[in-house]
Amino acid sequence: MNKDKIILEVEDISVSFRMYDKGLSKHDLTVIKKLNVTVHEGEILAIVGASGSGKSVLAHAVLGILPSNASVGGEIRYCGKQLTNSLRKEKVGSEIIMIPQSVTYLDPLMKAGKQVRGLKGTKQQLEEAFRRYGLDKSAEKKYPFQLSGGMARRVLISTAVISDAKLILADEPTPGLSEDMAAETMRHFRELADQGCGILMITHDIEAALKAADTIAVFYDGETIDCCTADDFRQGRDALKHPYTKALWSALPENGFLSADASELMKGAL
Amino acid sequence: MKNMRKHGILNRRTLTLIIIALSVIIILAVTAAGFIMDEELYAPHFAEKNLPPSGHHLFGTDWMGRDMFARTVKGLSVSIYIGLLASCATSVIALFLGVIAGTFGKYASGIFNWFVDIFMGIPHLILLILISLLLGKGAKGVAIGVIVTHWCSLGRIVQAEVLALKDSQFVKASEKLGKTKLWIAFHHIMPHVVPQFIVGLILMFPHAIMHESSITFLGFGLPAEQPAIGIILSEAMKHLTTGMWWLAVMPGISLLIIVVLFEAIGSHLRMLLDPYSAQE
Amino acid sequence: MAKKLLLSILKMILLLTAVSIITFALAELSPIDTVNAYIGENSISAEKRAQIEAYWGLNEPAVTRYLKWAGNILHGDMGTSMIYRKPVASVIGERFSLSIKLMFVSWVMSGVFGLLLGLIASAYRGSVIDKAIKVYCLLLESSPAFWIGMILLLIFSVKLGWLPLGLASPIGMTVEEAPLSDRIRHIILPALALSLTGVSKITLQVREKMNQAAESDYALFARARGESKWQFIRRHGLRNVMLPFITLQFGALSELFGGSVLAETVFTYPGLGNVTVQSALKGDIPLFLGIALFSALFVFAGNLIANILYSVADPRIREGGHSI
Repeated sequence: MNKDKIILEVEDISVSFRMYDKGLSKHDLTVIKKLNVTVHEGEILAIVGASGSGKSVLAHAVLGILPSNASVGGEIRYCGKQLTNSLRKEKVGSEIIMIPQSVTYLDPLMKAGKQVRGLKGTKQQLEEAFRRYGLDKSAEKKYPFQLSGGMARRVLISTAVISDAKLILADEPTPGLSEDMAAETMRHFRELADQGCGILMITHDIEAALKAADTIAVFYDGETIDCCTADDFRQGRDALKHPYTKALWSALPENGFLSADASELMKGAL
Repeated sequence: MKNMRKHGILNRRTLTLIIIALSVIIILAVTAAGFIMDEELYAPHFAEKNLPPSGHHLFGTDWMGRDMFARTVKGLSVSIYIGLLASCATSVIALFLGVIAGTFGKYASGIFNWFVDIFMGIPHLILLILISLLLGKGAKGVAIGVIVTHWCSLGRIVQAEVLALKDSQFVKASEKLGKTKLWIAFHHIMPHVVPQFIVGLILMFPHAIMHESSITFLGFGLPAEQPAIGIILSEAMKHLTTGMWWLAVMPGISLLIIVVLFEAIGSHLRMLLDPYSAQE
Repeated sequence: MAKKLLLSILKMILLLTAVSIITFALAELSPIDTVNAYIGENSISAEKRAQIEAYWGLNEPAVTRYLKWAGNILHGDMGTSMIYRKPVASVIGERFSLSIKLMFVSWVMSGVFGLLLGLIASAYRGSVIDKAIKVYCLLLESSPAFWIGMILLLIFSVKLGWLPLGLASPIGMTVEEAPLSDRIRHIILPALALSLTGVSKITLQVREKMNQAAESDYALFARARGESKWQFIRRHGLRNVMLPFITLQFGALSELFGGSVLAETVFTYPGLGNVTVQSALKGDIPLFLGIALFSALFVFAGNLIANILYSVADPRIREGGHSI
């Protein structure tokens, strides 16, 4: 594994949507103004921002699955090459994969096993993936509505190891999970990263992010305003530069919620 | 690229309003023309019978030499008039029953659903024939038949809307304040249901007018001496084999245009009131 | 599951009873004179008339007559048709065997084409193809079924002379005598007229449901896993559209029945639809009531089948053990 190898480079990305209001007046809604991140091989990068601030849109922009009323600016590069639609066709689903946030991302009418295999997965790969994540064989035959929360989470993560993923985009992997399960999920991510994947984790849960991530990018008001290592965070307030990041640090429970306005700041980011 | 449209001459809002306005104007013009029309215009002129469409007779003439364009306009205005009357009445019934079913709990809902099931269970055409027989054929029978058979689906929509609103915060707050159900129904629920209702009413019209013409075509609706579209087409049926295509084609297309105009008003109004449907 | 089925059947019986009461009451209140339908054009003495009335039990109170009528139906006796002078059940049986062919052909056609067009429109959402399909559906939906029938007749029978003008068999031949090829030639136009009107509703609904599926989270994930548009439709779209499609297709029986009345009138196809009009025009109340009840049974049976199929096809009901 080459820790200096850049897997994903996102440069000055902007995303806006064309919307209609009551009476059909039209306006553009800009969700991302200017976003810059870089993910290396074996690195977990967490983009932290308030919920509802539109960070998920980044993952969709990388995968090229934004709705038709969206327009994208800036540049995305995958392994040094510009990520064009033809490159996407080749890589998305095999090397670039997404781990969705909840069971609603599974087809309600298709059995779990078939869904995990997807287009190319073999039966052997499926069995391997299920074994790896401690899923019983009977889960293959279950429909999404029959899966418990923990099982569903592991089924979703299984979809990542069925292909030779190099870049994993994980959208809000922790909300709704118990502390144990969140920790387990983070452990799985670490494992995948140690095997050589680059992982881009999008979350509003800074605590969970700190447990696994190497790098934290802070997303606020449509921009990445700061990017620092998780070590900086762990060292304490003084190692952090940006005042917003400092405020985030102070808001962590183990730091005693020193600054009440940090959580306010997070909400305000809406 | 995508922003190019923004600078077009007409934005969607203006375009939508223009479409609605034009449709309304055309429908009103046809209806008015039919009502003030001199009977002489569609009276028989045996010297000019069986003429295909021409500059002089736009839709041709029939076997009695009656000008088909004038008859069609007259027939459309009669159909629009009956159709509008019936759709308004049936929509009001739908609104009333839907609101009651939605507001007054389980039993009201149960009874409402039961009646909807019954009315949806008998094919509309059969029920229309039955009601027309009951009222001794004619305009009244058709109108009442349409009123009795058409309230079901709009009623269901209204009921669902009301049930959804009932769970909303402001209705719950009113309940805590001790307002009566009726008060809540009229002050909170009605205003929210009304936009849906208006769209539903306008989209009801095509069904009403088509059922009206169908039942008339079969011989249970308007009397034969009335130049209604159903009558015109049923007469045309008898002359189809003689090659007088214009008797069937022209009035039918005119009816089609009127129905499409109503659909246009309804769907464009919906886009204005419910922007979600316009996001595409 | 068995309990649910039993409940639906019970509900169906109750609804049919209500339908029978309503139709009977409406017919009872109508100014139609049943005796006139029986005697037709002949004039008879008042005495003879009273005799006939007594024979048919027309002097008894309405409630008694309803109970008698309903009781007889339970025993399989639907009364006697005044105009055909035959048991109502056998008139309905004979004519329905012709109508069901017509309805089945057009039902299958509108289902298949509706599904296909809906999928295509949704796959090319917003494109010229989508708009063309939408306009096509709007135009068909806005034309009365009988007018579409007339236009087809005008084009294919009068102008082109490819297909017969009407009836179910060549003139001078009964339907049974006619060779299959002739019977098919006679059914094409009425079936086409009937299915053309049915297609638009199914197409628009399938398109709508497919668009909803394409906007769902699972569609997003499917695309994120590299599934193309058509792979998504094949793997996920179809199975998710199938459930509402079943409901829609079986729910269309009511309109199909009404439409067949119009189509059969235009093409003088001697099926049940034609008899419906004749019985009503000539005041043959027993026959008309029988048809009304039969049509309701037809519609309810369709709904029942849809419910059963739905609960078999939907794993959330089949394996979840809970209904939605």
